[in-house]
Amino acid sequence: MTLLGQFALWTALLLGVTVGALGLSGAWRGRPDLTAVVTRAPAAILLACAVAALALWRGIIGHDFNIEYVAAYTSRNLPTGFLVSALWAGQKGSLLFWAVVLSLFGALAQWLTSRRYADLLPYVAGVTSIAVAFFVCVMLFAANPFDRLAFTPADGRGLNPQLQNIGMIVHPPMLYLGYISITVPFAFAIAALLSGRLDTGWIHAIRKWTLVSWLFLSIGITLGMWWAYVELGWGGYWAWDPVENASLLPWLTMTAFLHSVMIQEKRGMLKRWNLMLIVGTFLLSIFGTFITRSGVIASVHSFTQSNVGWFFLGFLIVSAVLSYTLLYTRWPKLEADTRLESVLSREAAFLFNNLLLVGIAFSVLWGTLFPILSEAVKGTKITVGPPFFNRVNVPLGLLLLGLTGVGPLIAWRHASSANLKRQFVAPTAVGLLVLAACLATGMRDLYAVVALTFGGFTAGTIVQEFWRGVRARMRMHDEAAPLALARLMGRNRRRYGGYVVHVGILIYCVAFAGMAFHRTEEATLKPGEAIEVRSPFGHTYTLTHVGLSQYDELNRTVTAATMAVAVDGRPAGMLTSEKRQHFVQPGDVSTRRPTFEPSTEVGIRSSLREDLYLVFAGAVDDTETAVYRVNVNPLVWWVWAGGVVLVLGGLITMWPGGGALVTAPRRVPVAARVEPAPQLVGAEGAP
Amino acid sequence: MRAPEPRRRAFLLGAVGAVLGTAGAAASAAQQGGALGGVRDPSVLGQARQPTDPRSNEGRVKAVELRLACSCGCTLDVFTCRTTDFTCTTSPAMHREVLALFEQGKSEQEILDAFVAKHGEKVLMAPKPEGFNLAGYVVPGIAITTVGGLLAWVIARRRTLAPAAGTPALAPDGADAVEVPSSRHSPEELERLRRALTEVED
Repeated sequence: MTLLGQFALWTALLLGVTVGALGLSGAWRGRPDLTAVVTRAPAAILLACAVAALALWRGIIGHDFNIEYVAAYTSRNLPTGFLVSALWAGQKGSLLFWAVVLSLFGALAQWLTSRRYADLLPYVAGVTSIAVAFFVCVMLFAANPFDRLAFTPADGRGLNPQLQNIGMIVHPPMLYLGYISITVPFAFAIAALLSGRLDTGWIHAIRKWTLVSWLFLSIGITLGMWWAYVELGWGGYWAWDPVENASLLPWLTMTAFLHSVMIQEKRGMLKRWNLMLIVGTFLLSIFGTFITRSGVIASVHSFTQSNVGWFFLGFLIVSAVLSYTLLYTRWPKLEADTRLESVLSREAAFLFNNLLLVGIAFSVLWGTLFPILSEAVKGTKITVGPPFFNRVNVPLGLLLLGLTGVGPLIAWRHASSANLKRQFVAPTAVGLLVLAACLATGMRDLYAVVALTFGGFTAGTIVQEFWRGVRARMRMHDEAAPLALARLMGRNRRRYGGYVVHVGILIYCVAFAGMAFHRTEEATLKPGEAIEVRSPFGHTYTLTHVGLSQYDELNRTVTAATMAVAVDGRPAGMLTSEKRQHFVQPGDVSTRRPTFEPSTEVGIRSSLREDLYLVFAGAVDDTETAVYRVNVNPLVWWVWAGGVVLVLGGLITMWPGGGALVTAPRRVPVAARVEPAPQLVGAEGAP
Repeated sequence: MRAPEPRRRAFLLGAVGAVLGTAGAAASAAQQGGALGGVRDPSVLGQARQPTDPRSNEGRVKAVELRLACSCGCTLDVFTCRTTDFTCTTSPAMHREVLALFEQGKSEQEILDAFVAKHGEKVLMAPKPEGFNLAGYVVPGIAITTVGGLLAWVIARRRTLAPAAGTPALAPDGADAVEVPSSRHSPEELERLRRALTEVED
């Protein structure tokens, strides 16, 4: 199988390089004979990569421990689901997984793109094939998943216990799908630059791809937060770790692109900016891969240090230089069709929204790299952790939240003062009401109060937008409210799907603010002893230590610590946290040997208001006296709900048909200039 | 004929003794490894824990530990490391050091300074905002404010230089334009509604 895998990798490399060269040169020289072949070739690269992945999977499932990767990340007693996920558990396997998915997206880009953009496709095939060839090259020359050992161990080392979680099966693939699919919009941007077809065509061709990528990245990041929360046991879901930051960076720039692209479509502006954003997003995805795999910055999530980081650094630099040089050569052709007329316009609001999103991305990147910079300048090492990132980024995030509410309230081109007054009254009132409620309930955490106030304002904006749309439809078409709402969203999925995404972001922000009020207690308890923890919502949890129990399960010995939970004196069930010692078992039970250090499984009692989060730290003097950490984490359920709403909004936005904005900008004489219609509100007496 | 009697008695005594002995051993075993006493296999629990110091739950202790980086190389702060990574021996030691310094009557800042003096600036989870470190805190804000201010200035200047007349306006792009509206409104009313709907769908 390893021979087949090696052969498939070499074939993929050869094909990738050939298709890259022929695709770019054939399209550049206008050779239809070459381009016809090249646009079909990504399927062959996909086949080669898939064969390599299947060969490694075969080795994993068949316990071929002579393959170094299989011995390092699996064992005979590893459950099947985790055996499958072992493909992306280590550096080498995950590179192969990356190459397979990238080749799949390369092929899909050829199959699914409308023939209207046929002239761009050879370039796209060229760029995606070169990217696949790069990943295969890294594998063949620095991290070969088919390397063999000089001997065959009886059993493998097993999978890290923290990776033996359902999150391991779903989170990395989602994140990789997000990272990898960015290559397709990037390839179209390069195709547009190389071909000189710099109208809005390439934008339309990549809109769905960008949304797909953004959606996968959003799902991947949210699943990553969930995994960290339920598995790592530190009680939170975001730690500003360099690897977490690396996933956030392309998400931020892609979000900026999804906003600014609307201005290019509607007003023919920001063409250069949009190209810079797409190229920048791709480069940030490679930068994230570099950080994760090079070990240049300390992170709890990093793969083992290896020399693959240098490959990525080289690829990053070459890609950046070539892309931005190409952009520079096309600069004069990317002149805007129209100009921004007023600061009080939706275009300006979008522009400032872009500024903040890219500014936050810069700030996160700056913080991530600052230890290296500081060491280079001062010669001393420093740590840049959550207190730094919170101090710098939370105010920016709050500003962005406020701007999310402001943008939709301002008319395109130039908003009149009457329009501003009318639009802002209700959302501002909602925001002020929330502020009053926060202060009245004794809330004094500045960031939390501002987050909730801006959240109220933005919620007011979104509700007002839906309300006005539904009301207008109800009156114009005599429709019932639910039908009007459904048709309103159906006819402009992009806009209203976008608002649903904003609702998701809003829920996130409120939930994040809730974490400011978390409580933590540590206790050492004998069986029958209890600890009381006060909830920020006012009630009292009483947790009584019941005892410890030990049993064997699958590939581990479990020590379970159980607490009886009561809320305000009323019994509310049991909560268990575990210590798990995994083992590999080459022979019978007597020969089993432990692998890795014991890991902790947290116990979580989740409700809409808060999570009761129990961590069993260990036992005192080998007795049943247990050491616990108990957290009360407010509004965590809403983080996951925010993720679901965000994904739902993304799906609505990208659902085929119904989008009104995908056509080129149409204009009418100024006489027909669209101004907000105050008559509707005034005449009908609506708020 | 009486010979079997002692044997039977001995057998009964033996049986009772065996039952009692087994029960005693079982009870003893239960006490050792069951519901009342120790754990069956302590080796699978990792490090033995020390009882929690009541001072660990004080807000000031947590506040200091959240600002101190564990020096084991885990990238976590002391509080998070010692309450999450139960294999680490460094963070519990640093925790005891923090408690000892509080015991000596030192303030939070004095404790942080003591750690910096001992381990260097790297022991802080966020560098002090002074000297070159200040750049870390202010550069993003300054960059965003400068670019934002510049953008606002350019847009405002453009507006004063260029007259608005003659510039093209956006066309409505709502798909509703092709829908047949209700006939109960006057043409003027319909036009107003259409414009409003265009606005909300634009």
